[in-house]
Amino acid sequence: MSAQSIDLTAGDLVEARRFGRRQITGMVFGVAGIALIALVAPNITGDTRTFAFEPPPDALDFSFDPPTMVTIIGLIYLLAGGLSFLPQQFDRWAGRGQLLAAAATIPLILVVALGLSATPATNVTNLFDESLVLATPIALGAMTGLWSERSGIINIGIEGTMLGSAGVGFMIFATLGEASSTTWLWIAILVAVLTGGALALLLAVLSIRYQINQIVAGVVINLFALGLTGFLRSEVIVPSGNSKGISTSEFGIPLLEQIPILGDTFFTGKPIHYMMYAVVFLTWLVMFRTAWGLRVRSCGEDPHAAETLGIDVIKTRYRSVVLGGFIAGLAGAWFSMESQSGFEDNMTNAAGFIALAAMIFGKWTPGGAFAGALLFGFARALGSRLQFLEVEISGFGIPSEFFQSLPFAVTLVVVAGALGRSIAPAAEGQPYRPSK
Amino acid sequence: MGTDQRDLEPSGFRLKVQEAFQLQPVLVPLYAILLSFIVGGILIALIGVNPFEAYWALLRGMFGSKDNIAASVARSVPFMGSALALAFAFRAGLFNIGAEGQLLVGGVTAAWVGTWAWMTDTPAIIAIPIILLAGAFGGFMWGWVPGILRAKTGAHEVISTIMLNSIALFLVRWIVNSRDPVILRDLEASVPRTEAISDTAELPTIIDSQPPLHWGLFVMLGVCFLIAFVLKRTTFGFETITVGTNPHAARYAGMSVDRIIILAMAISGACAGIAAASEVSGTNQLFQPGTFALIGFDGIAVALLARANPIGIIPSALLWGSLLSGAPLMQQEADVSIDVVRIIQSMVLLFVAADAIVRYIFRVRGEAEAHIKASTTGWAGQ
Repeated sequence: MSAQSIDLTAGDLVEARRFGRRQITGMVFGVAGIALIALVAPNITGDTRTFAFEPPPDALDFSFDPPTMVTIIGLIYLLAGGLSFLPQQFDRWAGRGQLLAAAATIPLILVVALGLSATPATNVTNLFDESLVLATPIALGAMTGLWSERSGIINIGIEGTMLGSAGVGFMIFATLGEASSTTWLWIAILVAVLTGGALALLLAVLSIRYQINQIVAGVVINLFALGLTGFLRSEVIVPSGNSKGISTSEFGIPLLEQIPILGDTFFTGKPIHYMMYAVVFLTWLVMFRTAWGLRVRSCGEDPHAAETLGIDVIKTRYRSVVLGGFIAGLAGAWFSMESQSGFEDNMTNAAGFIALAAMIFGKWTPGGAFAGALLFGFARALGSRLQFLEVEISGFGIPSEFFQSLPFAVTLVVVAGALGRSIAPAAEGQPYRPSK
Repeated sequence: MGTDQRDLEPSGFRLKVQEAFQLQPVLVPLYAILLSFIVGGILIALIGVNPFEAYWALLRGMFGSKDNIAASVARSVPFMGSALALAFAFRAGLFNIGAEGQLLVGGVTAAWVGTWAWMTDTPAIIAIPIILLAGAFGGFMWGWVPGILRAKTGAHEVISTIMLNSIALFLVRWIVNSRDPVILRDLEASVPRTEAISDTAELPTIIDSQPPLHWGLFVMLGVCFLIAFVLKRTTFGFETITVGTNPHAARYAGMSVDRIIILAMAISGACAGIAAASEVSGTNQLFQPGTFALIGFDGIAVALLARANPIGIIPSALLWGSLLSGAPLMQQEADVSIDVVRIIQSMVLLFVAADAIVRYIFRVRGEAEAHIKASTTGWAGQ
């Protein structure tokens, strides 16, 4: 494969198509399908298992016997594999088939896990709700990266920006609001958002004005935030005596919360979580449907061409990096004032880097990045769920570490297998000097 | 640090003399450090502590006695490996943030090999190289995976190394924690850790400080010089730098870009792995996952501070390690949180990178340097 990709001429491209990524992915699905039908289905327990959609009593549920389900999913895999080898004009169908097969992996994992566990039922609605909640900071962080990188500034300081805003926001809440007043909670969230903007402004000044290597600038932010928040925690937050307090409270979305089953879980939740959806949607809307977004993107692709069109590249870059910082600030507030109330050293725990991965996973698009964030959220929720189910293979308990590492392994496989090379904005990382 | 440009200039005796007296390259980092301490001092003053008192304690913590100096140096040794892991890949245009995982896998491999029964009968001169190579091998494999994924499937190394960091963390946690089945856990210990390695595989201690200064220092210095030599004097090094600067040109010149990418990542991993092995063998004589926390993360900063120069990593790691090693005394005596040191570190990195600020403040003449040319073209550079 590598030999062919050295000099891609038109002829090579046609040559490469015959046995490209799609066919290879198809083959993997085909083999997996056969393995499921021939090996997994006959060996899995025949006892009935249940997916519950509501908490008991009299829950709505879906019962099935694992071998049949595994066989059905295996057939879907086989179908996807077969479709991949159709002539080129059916490429769309092959793509759809693979997408379906990939989606079927989620129920497959659940079915197999439940089949291997002694527990007969598990609540699925909750699981999906947990996934969405856990995706919140990752999706927000990915949007931060998107704003910055689409304008041409590499941002690996997402982690630090989130951590810094989590710490500074909670510090304000603990000192001024004694971690108990709702008004101060919201003021503190606002402070967190502004802190995110300030840290992003630092990144912007370093990379735009001083033109230092943007990766270095990001690392500076990460280190600085780690030090600063640690310092604030031990010198201000802990002495204030308000290390713990209230966090944002759940509320239901009017009308939608009345929907049976879904209303209680999906439409009842915490505010920053819902803001995340708005941020993702607005990012997409502004970046891909407005003139402003077009300008931002053109600065990331070819700043000099943008300049000839009368766009002020420097201003545009400052604006979008700082806007991204606000979003990261919101993500920071999620950590210290929504998911829990309190600040711990390094509490973002690499979520910023995972957001970065989600953004690259989504090939620098809002929708893709959101999907990446969901994948992480789901895998993490699934990991802790499976741990709880005590899955065993012939008496050998599968260690919980295995499930905890599952999200990362899945991402690795997805990125390597289905995604391939992702193309960053062309002018990213290059310092820009106005041509005057 | 400008070594690349120097190659292009005519090298005569006069030039060498001139270079020796040129203080500028040293001056700017020194001013940067000074400036960082001023920023840190302001912060300390803000919480109502005399910054001079705090810094005096910090300084004594770093270099106050023979033991403190030894501890500072000992603390720096692992950073050399984790920084090299970033620097070498950086030269190939790759951004390896997987040192954290590569350290863990290298460390656990070394600890495993160190507990092999026949190691007790093996003389130290053989056992020590074996344990170091085992660590290097573990790191090599953990770096090889993102390398091959990048070269063969195009999976971005930033994603894959982040994922592999987490996977490594859970993997070693399982290996060290698991009681049923027991893998490497020392069942008599109250905290999860592996059994002690055989005595023969221990790197000899030089000064019995806390942590002890051991021969791992010379191992890591050797690795730094080796990598510098490989980059400067070998064909492979030349190819690595070419791929890092311009992969298209490298491809056009007939170099196998894929091979270089895979090897560069794997060798990066090996650098981290050997550092982990030296820690396992010289410092703890056993493996405990917690001991490697943040070493890979800080390695990024140490390497960037050295501008990805393998020799520059030595002073930069020494600065890093001694600051961390001196901080507890500052906390004890002046009641200042050790996190001040982290802020100072980030400022050092900031001012060294943005030397325009330093030059402006201290009126140092000369142009601001363009840093780290490789890999500034974004991260999907290919």
